[in-house]
Amino acid sequence: MAHGNAHAQSNSHSHAPSHEGHVDLESLRLMGFWIFLITDCILFGSLFATYIVLHGNTAGGPTASELFHMPGVIAETFILLTSSFTSGLAVLSMNQGNRKGLIGWLVVTALLGASFITLEVTEFVKMVHEGATIGTSGFLSGFFTLVGTHGLHVSLGLVWMTALMIQLGRHGITPVTRRKVNIISLYWHFLDVVWIFVFTIVYMLGVM
Amino acid sequence: MWEKIQQFASGFFVTGDPLIYGADVSIVLTMIAVVSALTYFKKWTWLWKEWLTTVDHKRIGIMYVIASLLMLFRGGVDALLMRTQLAVPNNDFLSPSHYNAIFTTHGVIMILFMAMPLMFGLFNLVVPLQIGARDVAYPFLNSLSFWLFFWGAMLFNMSFVIGGSPDAGWLSYPPLSEVSHSPGVGQDFYIWGIQISGIGSLMTGINFVVTILKMRAPGMKMMKMPIFTWSVLSSSLTILLAFPILTVTLALLFIDRYLGAHFFTLTAGGNPMMYINLIWMWGHPEVYIVVLPAFGVFSEVVATFSRKRLFGYASTVFALMSISVFSFFTWAHHFFTMGSGADVNIFFAISTMLIAIPTGVKVFNWLFTMYRGRISFQGPMLWMMGFIPCFVVGGMTGLLLSVAPADFQFHNSYFLIAHFHQVLIGGVAFGYFSGLYYWWPKVFGFKLNEKIGKWAFWLWNIGFYVCFMPQYALGLMGMTRRVNTYSWDTGWWGLNLVSTIGGFLMGIGFLFQVWQILHSVKFMERASGDPWGGRTLEWSIPSPAPVYNFASLPTVDEKDPWWEEKERRERGEPAWTLPPLEPIHMPKNSGIPIIMAFCFFLTGFGFVFHWLWIAIPGLVGVAGCMLAHSFNYNTDYYIPVDEIKRTEAAARGAV
Repeated sequence: MAHGNAHAQSNSHSHAPSHEGHVDLESLRLMGFWIFLITDCILFGSLFATYIVLHGNTAGGPTASELFHMPGVIAETFILLTSSFTSGLAVLSMNQGNRKGLIGWLVVTALLGASFITLEVTEFVKMVHEGATIGTSGFLSGFFTLVGTHGLHVSLGLVWMTALMIQLGRHGITPVTRRKVNIISLYWHFLDVVWIFVFTIVYMLGVM
Repeated sequence: MWEKIQQFASGFFVTGDPLIYGADVSIVLTMIAVVSALTYFKKWTWLWKEWLTTVDHKRIGIMYVIASLLMLFRGGVDALLMRTQLAVPNNDFLSPSHYNAIFTTHGVIMILFMAMPLMFGLFNLVVPLQIGARDVAYPFLNSLSFWLFFWGAMLFNMSFVIGGSPDAGWLSYPPLSEVSHSPGVGQDFYIWGIQISGIGSLMTGINFVVTILKMRAPGMKMMKMPIFTWSVLSSSLTILLAFPILTVTLALLFIDRYLGAHFFTLTAGGNPMMYINLIWMWGHPEVYIVVLPAFGVFSEVVATFSRKRLFGYASTVFALMSISVFSFFTWAHHFFTMGSGADVNIFFAISTMLIAIPTGVKVFNWLFTMYRGRISFQGPMLWMMGFIPCFVVGGMTGLLLSVAPADFQFHNSYFLIAHFHQVLIGGVAFGYFSGLYYWWPKVFGFKLNEKIGKWAFWLWNIGFYVCFMPQYALGLMGMTRRVNTYSWDTGWWGLNLVSTIGGFLMGIGFLFQVWQILHSVKFMERASGDPWGGRTLEWSIPSPAPVYNFASLPTVDEKDPWWEEKERRERGEPAWTLPPLEPIHMPKNSGIPIIMAFCFFLTGFGFVFHWLWIAIPGLVGVAGCMLAHSFNYNTDYYIPVDEIKRTEAAARGAV
């Protein structure tokens, strides 16, 4: 819901409305990001398809059910879902004009994201120590690439979120920073949805 | 020490072939000439400020066109080298490995570094002017797209003097393209060159979808849009859905090669067939991506030069959009012989045949547009007229190929080669030439010489048939693609020699085009804002268009608005009323795109040679550029009304 709301707001706050003619730059940029997300969907879709084709090709190496430790994965899932919720709270604070609340919730979101990445990296390192590397089998190539690409997206999001917090500190809530917060929150929710598919298709179907 | 350097250099530079040494010398000489000319005429600041950092869609479009014509030259030289090798039996003009490298780079360059940028050049030069926009939706991103293409193309082209060219075919099927069979750096140049420019293509797709959906002139409903803009929309939407698959496929191949993964290997559970499926899920839509805008060009040209409204506007729009949907359901026709089974092959055979229907609809629409029109045979229209028979024959041979059982005979033969060259040269190249001739006066403000243009057209057109018609026969006689030589007893000599002659006729045609441009630059015949009697909005403003394109925009509530306006003026009815001038909001130039794309180039170069000491600083540079852009809040300026008035007066006065 936060998005619909935010979208409407960014429309009503077009900057320098008298000279823009019929084009509102900030809503234009938000739309571009939606379209970028479509392309990112295809990117993840291709990786999922690759993983599904290869997931049985273990080539004598470990299988999914031997490798995955569900407690850690469930913890990761809840941390990421919570961070999606807190990024929603950040947008709500922004819509109330509360800069402190906005930055505060972004900090919480970033910390949760960082914990997610830490857990994921720990899981990967453990697997590699157990001898399950990206070069072990087609299954593990697909696994590390799919889950790793999601992790890379989250890590980039963290850098971006940090940069945005500094900009919010400098400029406050303006039409430009408002659009940027809306976009990163969109991105964050998107990564959450992708993770739900990772959790279901890779981990749950893997151990079942 | 000296020995070590020598050892390094002999691996780093490509050695042992006189043709390559010749190329080395010419590259060094050209670079020295360019650098000294820029220094002598004190043009460095001008180059940086006016071109390298520009975010103006018109200039970016011009840079795309120049780069793609250079690439056409290189791809064309590759083609002529191949035809020379095949002109006589048992020829040893090119060694087998050199021949492999050349057919690979010919294909990649012609599709990805010639057709794509020429297409993006036309997008940039035409779309904002046609829909009455001041620029594209994201001018900064547009500049970044261009520079990513440019540095990606440079990385790819470098491979033939440094490290060695890729030589596994233009789509690099594994396992041949895996480390096991291609241990050299050529494949990595291939991956990174295409990957970097592919990211640029994807962003251009996003840019034009948003531009077309959100930035049209007041009153211009979707079904009133110029048909070229429709074709750009359908092509851009296809880019959005197809290019991420290419990104993934190349990334997976690189992970295989660099980290020893097993996506497409023959061992440890890899699946090479998966690569072939993935690459064609991008590759088939890709050929429609390049041909749809050519259809758009022809629709504009045929209406203008028949002085008639396009016949069947709605059905043309429907055809364009349905092709971009269908294009995603035909990929497996590229490998009927893989053994997917009769049911799968039937599905893809039928979907391929279905695509012929919307294509046929458009051909009829163009013919009916010409019917009872007042046709004038100027440059752009000639290419249009040459295109129709050529594309119809190419389409029919495509239908023959789509019959799955018959394809087992045609597969990978010269019949196939002749087919796709016929649709790509007859469709795409003729289309973009037509578009380039058509919009040239709008872009540069002067006309191209018609007489030399006619020579170029006939050389290309006749050369095409002389080159490729024999290849259909050769294919049926059993000549397969990618053979580097053949023996006397095959009986292929005569037809191959004829084909080579045709290839050189097209080469001469290209030289005529270069001469045509140089001649026209020298004798500079000024063009008015509307030299052809155009129909759409871009012809209502001066040539070349001022930096802000439209001083003020009319309300456009009809198709062919400029044509209707001229008719109204002729009848003495009131002309359209333009709103009063206001300061115009413009984006500022930025050096970040070229620097960021160069950092991508460094990253790619580092990964090609497994030199992390270059790759990591490259990646840090990319991140730094992104942050620098994010923190920059000073990105735009306003052009005051006085300046607009002065510019308009000067432009109208010059016409």
